[in-house]
Amino acid sequence: MSFTVRKDPKGVVVIGVDGQLIVGNRHELKQKVVDAIEVGERKVLIDFTNTGYIDSSGLGALVSLSKKLRDAGGELRLAGLNEDLRTLFELTKLDTLFTIADSADAALASF
Amino acid sequence: MVVPQRGPGERAVEISLRVPTDLSVVEEAVDLVARHCLASGLPPHTARFQLRVVLAEALANAIIYGNRMDPDKFVDVRVTVGRTGLTARVCDQGEGFDPTDVPDPTEPDRLERADGRGLFLIRQLADEVRFNERGNTICMVLRRA
Repeated sequence: MSFTVRKDPKGVVVIGVDGQLIVGNRHELKQKVVDAIEVGERKVLIDFTNTGYIDSSGLGALVSLSKKLRDAGGELRLAGLNEDLRTLFELTKLDTLFTIADSADAALASF
Repeated sequence: MVVPQRGPGERAVEISLRVPTDLSVVEEAVDLVARHCLASGLPPHTARFQLRVVLAEALANAIIYGNRMDPDKFVDVRVTVGRTGLTARVCDQGEGFDPTDVPDPTEPDRLERADGRGLFLIRQLADEVRFNERGNTICMVLRRA
């Protein structure tokens, strides 16, 4: 499990989640977003293309980070959720809280 | 421990494990159970998705809210895979809770809360969810489609 961080030419910070976003690593993701906010970044995209599973604490971390970015005048968007992960967002109605794109490229095109 | 069980007209497998109160072992415990369930004939998508979600959430709840992260306590897991489906019991050493007293995390005023989605997801994805009277054991049933 690991996270990759890159900056898109448009200025969007793209964080890739490789493996899972769960209770054991959610703090690491939170710290990466907090670090980005502290250096002035305001647009963050989390790419789940290589993510197999998100647990409820991972969903909770995304909710917290979205609020944190919004409070700072920015926005968190999501991309690349597989069918099962989409189901989790739909069941919990978090699909109404986030802008979710099919792929990172699609998300970046409209961010 | 994995024990093949033989009942009338049915071959079942029972998987038992004792999990320490440590969130870092949840993933390993779920993987272990899912592998044995797959080998016992549970449909791959059920093992990969429903079982993974309900078992991981039940274990995390048992560790955090049941045992309150007390490293001297443990969580017992017993999973039975049979012809009709799977039954998973997760028992912690806490005082228990009232499962009817858990708010709906999809209500508009709770949607932006960081916690409170674990039991909701279990109830959404399991075909049947029961608790013992004390509220420290959850029993989740996944039926074969």
